[in-house]
Amino acid sequence: MRASIFAAALIAVVSQATPSLATDYGIGKPATPAEIAGWNIDIAPNGAGLPPGHGSVSDGARVYADKCAGCHGADGLGKPMPALAGGAGTMGSAKPDKTVGSFWPYATTLYDYIHRAMPFNAPQTLAPDEVYAVSAYVLYLNHLVPENAVLDATSLPAVAMPERGKFVSGYVPDRPGEH
Amino acid sequence: MTASRRTPSTASRRAFVAGALTLATAAGLEAQAAIADDIADAPPVTPPWQKEQGAPVMSPPYGQPSKFESAVVRRENSTGSPYPTREAAVSLTPLQALHGIITPNGLHYERHHAGVPSIDPAAHRLLIHGLVDRQMIFTMDDLMHFPATSRIHFLECSGNTQNWGKPKPEHTVQDTHGLLSCCEWTGVPLKTVLGELGVKPDAKWMLAEGADAAAMTRSIPIEKVLDDALLAYAQNGERLRPEQGYPLRLFLPGFEGNMSVKWLRRLKFGTEPWQTREETSKYSWVMPDGSVRQFNFVMEAKSVITSPSGGQKLGASGFREISGVAWSGRGKITRVEVSTDGGSTWADAELQGPVLPKCLTRFRLPWRWHGQSAKLASRSTDETGVVQPSHDALLQQRDARSYYHYNAIQTWAVSAEGAVSNAG
Repeated sequence: MRASIFAAALIAVVSQATPSLATDYGIGKPATPAEIAGWNIDIAPNGAGLPPGHGSVSDGARVYADKCAGCHGADGLGKPMPALAGGAGTMGSAKPDKTVGSFWPYATTLYDYIHRAMPFNAPQTLAPDEVYAVSAYVLYLNHLVPENAVLDATSLPAVAMPERGKFVSGYVPDRPGEH
Repeated sequence: MTASRRTPSTASRRAFVAGALTLATAAGLEAQAAIADDIADAPPVTPPWQKEQGAPVMSPPYGQPSKFESAVVRRENSTGSPYPTREAAVSLTPLQALHGIITPNGLHYERHHAGVPSIDPAAHRLLIHGLVDRQMIFTMDDLMHFPATSRIHFLECSGNTQNWGKPKPEHTVQDTHGLLSCCEWTGVPLKTVLGELGVKPDAKWMLAEGADAAAMTRSIPIEKVLDDALLAYAQNGERLRPEQGYPLRLFLPGFEGNMSVKWLRRLKFGTEPWQTREETSKYSWVMPDGSVRQFNFVMEAKSVITSPSGGQKLGASGFREISGVAWSGRGKITRVEVSTDGGSTWADAELQGPVLPKCLTRFRLPWRWHGQSAKLASRSTDETGVVQPSHDALLQQRDARSYYHYNAIQTWAVSAEGAVSNAG
């Protein structure tokens, strides 16, 4: 035991002198596919991570009325919580209205955020079909998909978000910690 | 204490003090004596607490502040919380009542998006996966077996100090700057843990995810991950407070507070940022040219005078030390200048050691108040040469639509009656 700790420490010390970060403390265990699958809930802008399933605007209207409207208003106009719709074209004004339609650059963020954090009183309880449906309904409220839209892992990332081209990164990678 | 740097302004600082001292008046001292006389248990009386035994040890086992300090607590904004719920809200550190550079754990500011979870450390896990050679999962015991380190760093919420528009005169420093705290954080450097997994060369970003009901997520650039990111499990010598992420948080020195994800449960490596809600619709801003700037990470050079500060009364004229804190997310503070005339003239304040990178630095300057109106302001410079801007200079770069990362000079107005108010 003592010898192995010493060996690990030695390896760690040696590795600090090389470009490699590799260490061999022997701490932790390999994550199982099931463990990863249960927690791997993020959705990338290209749609990576989106589960099988689909949801329509009309199904989304029913889920929204039941689980979202109490905080975000019947038509997504907010009160008491933030508005989800409206505000188109206000980015140039002194008080931009940062709704999904007027500000959000990626439709995939809708699925990601609704699933992980909403509804406020019961996060991570909506089924994939419900999340697709609510996403479709919120996009419909913002006139970004038609009333007959059905969204899935292919169609959701393809929804064109009007303000996307305005987003620029303030981070400069070759100067760590600076921008 | 660390001596202030020898600069031309040091001479002016001495003149500042000397001039002030000649204005000493006997009246001020007499007024203080008169106040003491009004206290029943003051000399020559022997007070009751010397005539009986005090409380026994462990009263209580976890010590608490004196009952006379009960006003020193976190609170919400004095002019009303903008948040509709108490779970997704903030509380503010009482900077006006703190000394030195350390924030006591019970006074560290809060910003939660889904309340404070109650997490059993035995059940908590950290999963690290994605573009790594070995996807692994760690218990809290595992993480505490790694070689650890302790570092003192500030943490500042990106939305701290809303002085973009007309200042609210009644705001105290707790209102204006209270989303700022500074603790000693202990944990394992993230790069140490990553040595066990092997990060693939094409991994450029890391997603950090919390175990709260918001499952808070932010994308972190690999350069920061491999620089000074810390997996922290302790603050100021004890395990993290629940409000600060117990049992485990990410800590990114100098970066906006939101990125130091609390209740950390997962790290995933990828090639691009994830464009989470908190890095697209939040923590981004509209620039004057109409573009939207996101990934604004570093908290820039800033400072604030905490004494005297908004809401305080100077009382009788006499000696007052001007004191405050300065900080920069880029490194060490090298200079703090103080003005008592709203920025017309400046004197170098003394920087109290230790002066640490990405950490609060306490500054002090002697001052004598003799009943004149004054405008107190401080201006910091960091080791990269960045100088804290004036309100007007900041607004030439960005406007109120920025909301985040306001770091302009703070001015407190002192009336002839000694009342201190926020002048923005």
